[in-house]
Amino acid sequence: MRQLFSGNEAIARGAWEAGVKTAFGYPGTPSTEILENFARYPDVYAEWSPNEKVALEAAVGASLAGARSFVTMKHVGLNVAADPLMTLSYIGVRAGLLIVVADDPGQHSSQTEQDTRHYARLAKVPIVEPGHAGECREYMIRAFELSEKYCCPVILRTTTCVSHSRFLTDTAERQEHPFPPFAPNPSQYVPLPVWGRKLRVKIEERLDAQVADNAADLAWHREFTRQSDLGIISSGVTALHCLDVFPEATILKLGWSWPFPDDLLRAFAAKVKRLIVIEEGDPILEEHVRALGLEAEGKNVVPRTGELTPARLALVKAALEGQDANLPAPLPSAADLPTRPPILCAGCPHRGIFYALAQFDVVVTGDIGCYSLGVFPPLSRTDVVLCMGGGFTMAHGMTKAGETRPVVGIVGDSTFFHSGITGLLNIVYNRSPATCIVVDNRTTAMTGHQEHPGTGCTLQGEKTASASIEAIARACGVTRIQVVNPYDIAETTRALKEELSAQEPSLIISRAPCILKEKKAIGKPYAIEPQKCKNCRACLKLGCPAIEAADKRTKPTINPQLCTGCSMCAQVCRFDAISS
Amino acid sequence: MNRNIVLCGVGGQGILLSAKIIASAAELTGFEVTTHEIHGMAQRGGSVTAQIRYGRNVHSPLILEGQADVLASLEACEALRFGHYLRPGGLAVVSSQRLIPVTVSTGQARYPENLDKRLQQAFPRLILRDFCALASGLGDVRMSNTIMLGALAAELAEITTETWNEAIKLCLKPAFLNSNLAAFQAGAKA
Repeated sequence: MRQLFSGNEAIARGAWEAGVKTAFGYPGTPSTEILENFARYPDVYAEWSPNEKVALEAAVGASLAGARSFVTMKHVGLNVAADPLMTLSYIGVRAGLLIVVADDPGQHSSQTEQDTRHYARLAKVPIVEPGHAGECREYMIRAFELSEKYCCPVILRTTTCVSHSRFLTDTAERQEHPFPPFAPNPSQYVPLPVWGRKLRVKIEERLDAQVADNAADLAWHREFTRQSDLGIISSGVTALHCLDVFPEATILKLGWSWPFPDDLLRAFAAKVKRLIVIEEGDPILEEHVRALGLEAEGKNVVPRTGELTPARLALVKAALEGQDANLPAPLPSAADLPTRPPILCAGCPHRGIFYALAQFDVVVTGDIGCYSLGVFPPLSRTDVVLCMGGGFTMAHGMTKAGETRPVVGIVGDSTFFHSGITGLLNIVYNRSPATCIVVDNRTTAMTGHQEHPGTGCTLQGEKTASASIEAIARACGVTRIQVVNPYDIAETTRALKEELSAQEPSLIISRAPCILKEKKAIGKPYAIEPQKCKNCRACLKLGCPAIEAADKRTKPTINPQLCTGCSMCAQVCRFDAISS
Repeated sequence: MNRNIVLCGVGGQGILLSAKIIASAAELTGFEVTTHEIHGMAQRGGSVTAQIRYGRNVHSPLILEGQADVLASLEACEALRFGHYLRPGGLAVVSSQRLIPVTVSTGQARYPENLDKRLQQAFPRLILRDFCALASGLGDVRMSNTIMLGALAAELAEITTETWNEAIKLCLKPAFLNSNLAAFQAGAKA
């Protein structure tokens, strides 16, 4: 029976049908729903690991023990898991192991735009790129066979458009793939230099075999022969866009996209008069096609950055044909529309700590999560964001460089467990006066409320130990620890004042559950009494979406449908005009 | 022939559920279907869009600007933001509800005045109604999205009313079914 699956749902389905027993991952848009869906299938184990490196290493153990396994992460997560990936290419796998990575061309919800195909080449492991949900399911099953054939991990790369588009998808029953138990084999699994050098040579032999195999295994690739003598080589969802935008071109859609199927590329080039490589991301395929001695166009007309949408491909087509694309521009009446950037929700506990921070002259090094939104006006209380865990570590470096203002490092609770702990350890060990804040909303909020080591619950809904941020901080050697309720602005401000003046490491845990996860209001909606309101607009400095003011002359009002009753606006009102 | 439908609105309005119902109705009718959602930060007040394509020969999940048969919006100014997706002669279905973004409340931007006039100028074929008020009248403001579906259904004549009802049944919990079937009907008459 066919079902309308998103790419992420289809990956989970394919994994289940392929007999996967264990799966690991860390949430990250657009990959998150893969593991959430997989966890609901029968006879499987799935977990949120503290970070992507832990997830991949756990999956390696599971593969060696004989269970087909996969890991999921977004593209930047593979940076964290890069260390085990490189060596895994040497020691190899027993039961199949897939690394499912979701790239985000166009940076819909990411700090960078990375092309994961580089990692396949760097680690010398195959990468496959499904273009829609049907292929997501099919490629999962086929990639496990590939992984076991060559005893190496395989990367399956999706992009946001693949992960979040739905297509009608076939389904089948689960096939079990039992493996004998693990048997020690040090010269294979322990890459000491004496053995590692031999494994290094084997990788090149493996690659040669894969190049030939990929060109011969046509089930990975699809060729659409049409009238024009223009030939396009593409992959993933970009190839699907090309089918619509170039209705007459002959198109080769690569499924197993590295190591390249050289003979197939040569044969395709010989069939067409004009060849163009259209790839989202970096010109990896294009440069290889030229290295084969084939004449091809590519990034001379194809955009180097951003998502290759049909509209942008229509511009490519127009450029190739020397014509005008005739694309409709945004409406003239849309030119002055107000933007709708993502913002902290009405009732978000993070608002309290950022509002309080705005009362001090400090430098704030932030991190990845909902609280990255603290950078936007009117709160404007984050100065730099680098990567997961960077909130604490950059604060440390700033104090060591002699920054004269107090430096505040912020991480979230899930981020603290992901990679914040080592940064805190360093602040204590190397004696930095930075003030650390964990904005602890008891969940991984930005990606849609996933469990983590501090929530006391696993991905599959089992009760478990709840790691204590305070106890970990004490074990790291932090002696100044305060837990504050961020909805109490006076208390939060007092705690900040104390810790900012301390000349030793300190930690503030700003703790209140995510209002969206709670799914219930804190209290009755508040309202502004127009007679008492002086239109001083102090409440608007909270940046709460429930407080609306159409223009500067109009007194603010509170939208009762959005208000959660958090009371922060009442606390900042100097005229006692706001009450519930 | 392929059908292209763009839905837009603001996080939390139920755009994604509407997309699911349209896709389900097209699938039940026997078409190939694909949908695409932009919802990375949907719950945090951002713009949300969903695209649905169905027909006999669908490749890309994304709709090219200027090729949507129907543009449906649950927020008045969001319809203008995505207006260039509509093909000449296409139908715009717009709820007159206005949601003030924080950028306006904090004085960084202005919410457009004379919005009705702008919409009428932008869209020669326009159904402009207060779906929010209609939904409140039926007892639940969250049904604006189902009313919007009812209002656009006639344009997609290849899908029968029975199929729409079946799709709504498949996509909604039983407790909400009857009220939403009524909302769909109210939208069709609006």
